[in-house]
Amino acid sequence: MAFFSSTATVPQNLTFVSSNKLSFSPSSTTSFNFVSFPSFQSKFCKTITSSPQITRAHAPPTPSTETTTASSFHGLCYVVGDNIDTDQIIPAEHLTLVPSKPDEYQKLGSFALIGLPDSYTVRFVESGETKTKYSIIIGGANFGCGSSREHAPVALGASGAAAVVAESYARIFFRNSVATGEVYPLESETRLCEECRTGDVVTVELAENRLINHTTGKEYQLKPIGDAGPVIEAGGIFAYARKTGMIPTR
Amino acid sequence: MASSLVPSPSTSFFHTTKKDLNLSSFSSSSQRCHKHASRKIYCSVAAPQQTQRTPSTTGSVKTAMTMTEKIMARASEKQQVRPGDNIWTNVDILMTHDVCGPGSIGIFKKEFGEDAKVWDREKVVIIPDHYIFTSDERANRNVDILRDFCNEQDIKYFYDIKDLSNFKANPDYKGVCHIALAQEGHCRPGEVLLGTDSHTCTAGAFGQFATGIGNTDAGFVLGAGKLLLKVPPTLRFVMDGEMPDYLLAKDLILQIIGEITVAGATYKSMEFVGSTVESLNMEERMTLCNMVVEAGGKNGVIPPDSVTYKYLEGKTSVPYESVYSDQQARFLSEYRFDVTKLEPLVAKPHSPDNRALARECKDVKINRVYIGSCTGGKTEDFMAAAKVFLASGGKKVKVPTFLVPATQKVWMDVYSLPVPGSGGKTCSQIFEEAGCDTPASPSCGACLGGPKDTYARMNEPQVCVSTTNRNFPGRMGHREGEIYLASPYTAAASALTGYVTDPREFLQ
Repeated sequence: MAFFSSTATVPQNLTFVSSNKLSFSPSSTTSFNFVSFPSFQSKFCKTITSSPQITRAHAPPTPSTETTTASSFHGLCYVVGDNIDTDQIIPAEHLTLVPSKPDEYQKLGSFALIGLPDSYTVRFVESGETKTKYSIIIGGANFGCGSSREHAPVALGASGAAAVVAESYARIFFRNSVATGEVYPLESETRLCEECRTGDVVTVELAENRLINHTTGKEYQLKPIGDAGPVIEAGGIFAYARKTGMIPTR
Repeated sequence: MASSLVPSPSTSFFHTTKKDLNLSSFSSSSQRCHKHASRKIYCSVAAPQQTQRTPSTTGSVKTAMTMTEKIMARASEKQQVRPGDNIWTNVDILMTHDVCGPGSIGIFKKEFGEDAKVWDREKVVIIPDHYIFTSDERANRNVDILRDFCNEQDIKYFYDIKDLSNFKANPDYKGVCHIALAQEGHCRPGEVLLGTDSHTCTAGAFGQFATGIGNTDAGFVLGAGKLLLKVPPTLRFVMDGEMPDYLLAKDLILQIIGEITVAGATYKSMEFVGSTVESLNMEERMTLCNMVVEAGGKNGVIPPDSVTYKYLEGKTSVPYESVYSDQQARFLSEYRFDVTKLEPLVAKPHSPDNRALARECKDVKINRVYIGSCTGGKTEDFMAAAKVFLASGGKKVKVPTFLVPATQKVWMDVYSLPVPGSGGKTCSQIFEEAGCDTPASPSCGACLGGPKDTYARMNEPQVCVSTTNRNFPGRMGHREGEIYLASPYTAAASALTGYVTDPREFLQ
């Protein structure tokens, strides 16, 4: 599930009214359309409780609009290196799980990044848990390379991660992230995997294309989403196709 | 390593830095002025091959396209497309298998409705191949899901399997999807083939646009018959020279991936031309295109020729039309290789671009050899391995050597085709004499690990020389397994010595 920063006080029980997975509206100073992702609608909605695994060190420094959705992601970050391939994100033995089945979707989340070598001493999802305490994954170059398995962004999203901020992406993973809406794939200008450490508290501000590391006090520029923008803004490939008249509306 | 990166004087091309390919950073340029005001292409054009003509005097300069661009233009019913264009592309064939099929079907039904019908029951090809010969209940259930869908939709091409104890008892079952697609005549020049598998790019060997997509995109195609795709720029790889008899296409692609790295072709098309490429048979061409994705490539293409048409004879009755890159088409970069100067290679753990000479790894002790997969489990691959065993004069393998034919047809070839120079022996006989394991039931097998009971899965940390396509940590099972990617020649040679071995030890 994706967690979003909202106002200064984080309620104990957050119930998202919208049935969309990644729903956010821009701050009042901009005039974007309401953006949302269409995948995994109502079935996967959305009572998010503040659990012990999801820690919030403190609220974001700037207040945002009073809505149940927000324009930023906030939480702990988990740092990985270059060329994190889909076998490391979700090993092949777990691919018998079908992402469109709700209970198997949850199981995929529990296996997110379980393929990382033992040199990663801190696990992304603790043994025995189904959700991660890290909202944002920070990666190096060519994140998501390897297989086309959509189980990869699905596992990350199902585990509770909201966004990936990588130096660069492999194309199928990037495409699948946009198509599913499971994790928001952002690109950094610099190698954030060398600037941040697992456990740092970060905020990603989408409208400002900025990542703030509260633990180190540094800020970083992110790249604009690029060509995927219209598809994401429409709400995914199906919504975009309906909006542009390519497939009939339902 | 004798490869040369030479800006060719015979082809005009432009350079862009890797990062410039992000469309959002493009803006208009003076030389190649495009209609999109927001796009910039930094040009550095080499000496043109013909008399310099100003753009206004030749209409052909504006419409010159690469093979990939032409295929996509036709599929999107446009006169012309340029790299960076996002276009709705008609799909000729959509392929899916047991791992991604159920998920794609789920999305199709959710988005188009429980009673929705696929856009064309003859253009969807469903091929169970990944987790077949296993007792894993979910894996078996996934094949059932495919069957139910195919029955409900009256899908014409479903290569079903029901009797897992004996693959031969299943007349429809084929095996590895990319090889089955080719063998069953679903790959045709000029077409667009999408599949829920990264190695769908294999079909580019037939001169078509073929690339891998995820479940959501596939669910979309199932209903709509088209997909929004971005036109990739093309990298050209020119390979010339007579192929030495110790090299295979696997060595060529490992050479290239080592050269440009695992992200060197991200969002790009890879076009393979040259006299060497023309001398390759279809299965070798498929090996070349198969690992395009390992360089990050979107698709690979090889111009169709008489070799292509001969292979296609009798396999398909669907008319097709080949396209070729225009002479003045613009390529992002051109790489030239003199193959006579290349040597057998491996990709060391844990990356397909971790290139090394096989002979420089001769002290690496190995525990096993795996010959199989879409990359290295075709008939020609087994013929190649058999050739090395034969040349060794009756030596036996020093390590367990697993053989997994990609499809039923390959399995039959292994058991029936005579190996040249063997006095009429089949591959299977030569393998048996060399002490290899009996060729297994055709499927993807242990290339990607799979359920724990998968044949030849690496369940302990071992060192393996494999003819497969990826060697990231845990690829074949155990996270600490060490996989050396290699050609079938190199794999067979290594099996005979128990160390990573250059096949010239036996072939010369």
